[in-house]
Amino acid sequence: MTSQVSSPAGQANSAAGGSVVGDVVSEQRKPSVEKEVRRLDRVIIRFAGDSGDGMQLTGDRFTSETASFGNDLSTLPNFPAEIRAPAGTLPGVSSFQLHFADHDILTPGDAPNVLVAMNPAALKANISDVPRGAEIIVNTDEFTKRAMQKVGYETSPLEDGSLDGYSVHPVPLTTLTVEALKEFDLSRKDAGRSKNMFALGLLSWMYHRPTEGTEKFLQQKFAKKPEIMKANLAAFRAGWNFGETTEDFAVSYEVLPAAKAFPTGTYRNISGNLALSYGLVAAGKQADLPLYLGSYPITPASDILHELSKHKNFGVRTFQAEDEIAGIGAALGAAFGGSLAVTTTSGPGVALKSETIGLAVSLELPLLIVDIQRGGPSTGLPTKTEQADLLQAMFGRNGEAPVPIVAPQTPADCFDAAIEAARIALEYRTPVFLLSDGYLANGSEPWRIPDQDELPDLRTQFAQGPNHTLDDGSEVFWPYKRDPETLARPWAIPGTPGLEHRIGGIEKQDGTGNISYDPANHDFMVRTRQAKVDGIKVPDLEVDDPTGEARLLVLGWGSTYGPITAAVRRLRTAGQSVAQAHLRHLNPFPRNLGEVLRRYDKVVVPEMNLGQLATLLRAKFLVDAISYNQVNGMPFKAEQLATALKEAIDG
Amino acid sequence: MAETITEGSGTIEALSLVPKAEAKQSMKDFKSDQEVRWCPGCGDYAVLAAVQGFMPELGLAKENICFVSGIGCSSRFPYYMNTYGMHSIHGRAPAIATGLATSRRDLSVWVVTGDGDALSIGGNHLIHALRRNVNLKILLFNNRIYGLTKGQYSPTSEVGKITKSTPMGSLDAPFNPVSLAIGAEASFVARTVDSDRKHLTDVLRQAAAHPGTALVEIYQNCNIFNDGAFEVLKDKQQAEEAVIRLEHGQPIRFGIDGAKGVVRDSLTGDLKVVDVTEENQSQILVHDAHSASPTTAFALSRLADPDTLHHTPIGVFRSTDRPVYDTLMSDQLDQAIEQNGKGDLAALLAGKDTWTVVG
Repeated sequence: MTSQVSSPAGQANSAAGGSVVGDVVSEQRKPSVEKEVRRLDRVIIRFAGDSGDGMQLTGDRFTSETASFGNDLSTLPNFPAEIRAPAGTLPGVSSFQLHFADHDILTPGDAPNVLVAMNPAALKANISDVPRGAEIIVNTDEFTKRAMQKVGYETSPLEDGSLDGYSVHPVPLTTLTVEALKEFDLSRKDAGRSKNMFALGLLSWMYHRPTEGTEKFLQQKFAKKPEIMKANLAAFRAGWNFGETTEDFAVSYEVLPAAKAFPTGTYRNISGNLALSYGLVAAGKQADLPLYLGSYPITPASDILHELSKHKNFGVRTFQAEDEIAGIGAALGAAFGGSLAVTTTSGPGVALKSETIGLAVSLELPLLIVDIQRGGPSTGLPTKTEQADLLQAMFGRNGEAPVPIVAPQTPADCFDAAIEAARIALEYRTPVFLLSDGYLANGSEPWRIPDQDELPDLRTQFAQGPNHTLDDGSEVFWPYKRDPETLARPWAIPGTPGLEHRIGGIEKQDGTGNISYDPANHDFMVRTRQAKVDGIKVPDLEVDDPTGEARLLVLGWGSTYGPITAAVRRLRTAGQSVAQAHLRHLNPFPRNLGEVLRRYDKVVVPEMNLGQLATLLRAKFLVDAISYNQVNGMPFKAEQLATALKEAIDG
Repeated sequence: MAETITEGSGTIEALSLVPKAEAKQSMKDFKSDQEVRWCPGCGDYAVLAAVQGFMPELGLAKENICFVSGIGCSSRFPYYMNTYGMHSIHGRAPAIATGLATSRRDLSVWVVTGDGDALSIGGNHLIHALRRNVNLKILLFNNRIYGLTKGQYSPTSEVGKITKSTPMGSLDAPFNPVSLAIGAEASFVARTVDSDRKHLTDVLRQAAAHPGTALVEIYQNCNIFNDGAFEVLKDKQQAEEAVIRLEHGQPIRFGIDGAKGVVRDSLTGDLKVVDVTEENQSQILVHDAHSASPTTAFALSRLADPDTLHHTPIGVFRSTDRPVYDTLMSDQLDQAIEQNGKGDLAALLAGKDTWTVVG
């Protein structure tokens, strides 16, 4: 199949030379042909600066330019929990890493090829990740004696030889930006704020990024502040021009669109939380039910509350509750009333919601519990990623309270995972956990936008009339009379005449739903609720084992998909045989999981926790699963996993 | 804003979106087939009978009525009502009911709770429901004791209460639920007594007609663990001096032949009880439940002595119109459609920056 990529970059008309500083006409800038252009197959760039330097925005913009150019990409935003940590300090460093390529890629990359360091703290905090030979662009204006001392540099790293072996570009970003904006009526401090746009312009030149999107973005973002808009545009263009003109940057790089990596379709770049939000809206649409979100703000889940709050014209109701418990309480009330109900949170919020989740198990009502996992325990690391809520989701309730668990594996996959979680909740009338994490939530990648007719039909039937005949022949409604196949109970919503019934957290008699303390009935109900969850139909686990000769299986779940797959590719390229499988359903497990596990001599389970999935596998299948764990708040690196897997193969 | 429709019997706001019953209803229609399991002699029986007896008056389709409760003796209430119902978990009924009421404006949603459920474990949800003014009717059964857990002191128990958990007397200062509700911006607050069926029904009637959250504190006797807690309000002779019956538009007088009255102290601005005389008769406060300011209603709620219960006002303290949360939420949905058109999923998913890969 031959593919071609058409992008806004390709379609844009060049208006080069037509603009003066301050003009707001969008333009597509074209690189000069005089400088050397080298072609690369992939690049990893990390923007790093102070929390207030706008690094996340810079990264987002570079990502959008890259997405619209048609590269495959993967991103890793990394920022402190403090909104504005003290300026110039190591804890205040915020960074954004972007990996883009002319082929399909799976991770934001292990080690940057380019580091943009806006101050000494950014250099110090990031340099250990950057291999020798990489390019480092530093804002020399910020390398004052005081700023360097603040982070423990006794001598200037730009001069003392500690950066030997790196290709360092010392650029006075602030001075250049201020100079470029001297026509504007801005203080030096205010003008200096646009230095991130100068840096973005420079990098956009270096990597031949389309610029039209960023120009449009700035025009829209600052539409109400024309001076700021013009200043940012001017800084952006000045950065681009600087790259083209200055001799320090002798080479620019080209990374061709990843034409062959993508199936036919229309694409956009999307982050995990956005994809998850859209998945919820789509699920409501496909179920033909109003979507109701009961939530309390918590990092890194709040974005979903923000996003869904924008879509009231889809009939989406969002309720910011007084606490986590009320968030899920309101959602459960809405579920009783016939909404597709959702609560969104992170680990600490799940802990608070546990009792209500148990009630939802007992009431057997559909409810989505979205847990964007972060570092724990307690407050832990609010802005960092972790997978350590698996056992909390699985067992964190009183009594036998089984809850199905679905986990997305990439940012874009959050869309499909949300729809799958909704399917299970609606079909089986049960709360369902959707376990995303901070890395998926904030990371982004290209997403092929699905047509609505590709989405599953989630429509469900509310109970309409009596479902049981008593011995005396009278027709009655029994709220706990189950569908023999799914074991789901009827969903009879208030407003349906003749089906008035009472449900609650006290044990219910099978069928009638009346309060029952009968020992045998309780035993039966406990087993039946478990059987319902165990019986949920989930697809078999697919194993990727191209040679069929692998003796080792690497099994993951959730956001480790990217790094594991990248590591497996490296091993295979090096001639190793290794089988890979990734679990989307953690409860119930796919039917064939036990058989898959027994097929291999070794099973390695990498997790960003201390072995929670491995514990479940050992308990359920008596398999000697080997854990490989990391809980440092960051995703695995592909090289690190490849090394660990190689050792397991050899060991 | 409040939805208003004119019924045959007058104007019933708050219920305008709830479908009406097709046939005439009786008390029997609201009794479920479940055996009532409260202790014999419990005040809850009287409240249940009053509610079941009053429901037909509303003339609502009973499938559109829902009772939500928490945990405690009173929270068994929904099982005995032949409507939709949920017996939930401790303290959370207002939160659950908020989700139900805000997503289903065609329902009449009632919360049944107790002093422990509403004011202790569920205090947070109660105050936030009140400030939002969700269309809920909250019946707070206050027996000043924990019944279901067998007799520990509650957040409304008097200081020094001797119970199993406080053998030397409780140290906690009690809540005054009416004061708390008024402080929490409640738009409707009333107090009544389980044994006074007529008064109880009258208060329920006003609560039902109120658009927004209505909090009704019902003094309820626990004959097992706190028997006679409200005897002073029930005993005919003592009640004359102890109970102040509030009626909107009427001077606040009580005692034999209305010998006592409530006046505003000109020095402190606070309320006080005086013997009514020729001179001060014109100074007696006239009850205004609809006052926009909650100040006087709050002052009235402070008249009662928490230990002796002397000078306990009953009736509707406050009933004011305030925008209803459910209506506002629904209006925003309509407004969003007006501004942006009905949601188009394909357009949403596509966003603004796309590129196309063609085969």
